[in-house]
Amino acid sequence: MPEPLTAARGRFARAAWPVTLGALAGVMLLLALLPLAGLLFTATPAELAAGLGDPLVGPAVRLTLATTTVSLALVVACGTPLAWLLARRRGRLARVVETLVELPVVLPPAVAGVALLLAFGRRGLLGGPLAALGIGLPFSRAAVVLAQSFVAAPFYVQAALVAFRRLDPEVVVVARSLGASPARVFFTIAAPLAAPALGGGAALCWARALGEFGATLMFAGNLVGRTQTLPLAIYAALETDVRTAQSLSLVLVAVAGALLVAVRAGRAR
Amino acid sequence: MTALEVAVRGHVGAFALDVALTAGEAPLALVGPNGAGKTSTLLMILGALPPDGGHVALGGAALYDRARGVDVAVEDRRLGFVPQRYGLFPHMDARDNVAYGVRARSRTARRERALAVLAELDAAALATRRPPELSGGELQRVALARALACEPRALLLDEPLAALDVSVRADVRRFLAQRLRAWRIPTVVVTHDPDDVAALANDVVVLEAGAVVQTGTLAALAARPATDFVRRFTSGSS
Repeated sequence: MPEPLTAARGRFARAAWPVTLGALAGVMLLLALLPLAGLLFTATPAELAAGLGDPLVGPAVRLTLATTTVSLALVVACGTPLAWLLARRRGRLARVVETLVELPVVLPPAVAGVALLLAFGRRGLLGGPLAALGIGLPFSRAAVVLAQSFVAAPFYVQAALVAFRRLDPEVVVVARSLGASPARVFFTIAAPLAAPALGGGAALCWARALGEFGATLMFAGNLVGRTQTLPLAIYAALETDVRTAQSLSLVLVAVAGALLVAVRAGRAR
Repeated sequence: MTALEVAVRGHVGAFALDVALTAGEAPLALVGPNGAGKTSTLLMILGALPPDGGHVALGGAALYDRARGVDVAVEDRRLGFVPQRYGLFPHMDARDNVAYGVRARSRTARRERALAVLAELDAAALATRRPPELSGGELQRVALARALACEPRALLLDEPLAALDVSVRADVRRFLAQRLRAWRIPTVVVTHDPDDVAALANDVVVLEAGAVVQTGTLAALAARPATDFVRRFTSGSS
């Protein structure tokens, strides 16, 4: 009698499916939320406040604000023209360049660190010319900025590229026909229309620069007040005072969370 | 009276484009099936799409001449262009859209001129509204005002009535016909509607698969259609 057996199996499958779904989704959620809970609930507010008093904190905050600001400015100043150029070209070369620009997103941070050393280090591609000019990049603030820009730029360039591609070509042609130079079209039409997306890309780019760790450690080192940004200060603090590491981590969580909410709000508009 | 003389060769996608036309005092209609190369022809006249050869001249002065190496930049050709979807700047109100191409020193002067042109097109009430708030007919008036405000030496209109509801199309067509007759500048109107041709233009150039298949008045085309398309087009006129 296959009939009742099939029916029973069907009932079981119907019951098992939601349970399985719920269990697997629950594991995923726990994996995402438990570390956050650990950060939040393992110390008293007083302990966290004391952690922020550590002498590592001040220089790291100042250095991080300074370097990420310079990195973001560099990426916006050079990444916007790159995205504009790429968005207006359809050739194979443009596609290749686009892929290369995006590569750092998927590159392991350690690889980024080695790559930066081999490009700008003493024995790197530009090591000789830079040394001749008396410039030593590794283990300097400039190295911090380079590492941050390298890993964070794709987030901005990609957002800008998508925004510029979405621009109605009719609008651009009409603006030109009305006597506007290509530069005027960019500043009065393309940039204002892409502004919300550029803002979102800049926020993601800044968040990524803020969290930059691996490449900075390898290429810029971990020198207090010189190259020790917040993520590196967290790493250093972990060896001496876990509460300082925890407080600094929570500060970064708050900033990252706020940025994410802002980007989502910007996209929803 | 200046004339717009065009003879351009080029390629658009898979097929070759080879168009010759002259627009004088009366508007010229450019008709043809979808994908015949009508919009591409306008873009080549405008300078936004590079031809492979030929020439474009306005009042005897070359805007493009392959043989002589002349290729005036889009922004220096002073051709008024109204694209199919009007191409209004969505982040500016109607007045600033129209003021964008006005050649005047101060912003105040540009805006005054914009308001005057909008008023000329019975669209002064739209001045402070942005494109997303405007209806099809209103968008078309603003786009037309914008093209005119830069004092163009010729007008290129791409399907100016196609995006409009049937209910307003006849009104807008009448309005456009009357204005085009008054402005008397060389005008090329791309359309797929025989009623547009009858109302707006004297001469018709029929383009099929990138080539001119027939030229003449609508009546002449109807009398001796050269192709099936021309026969269907001219008999579709109401």
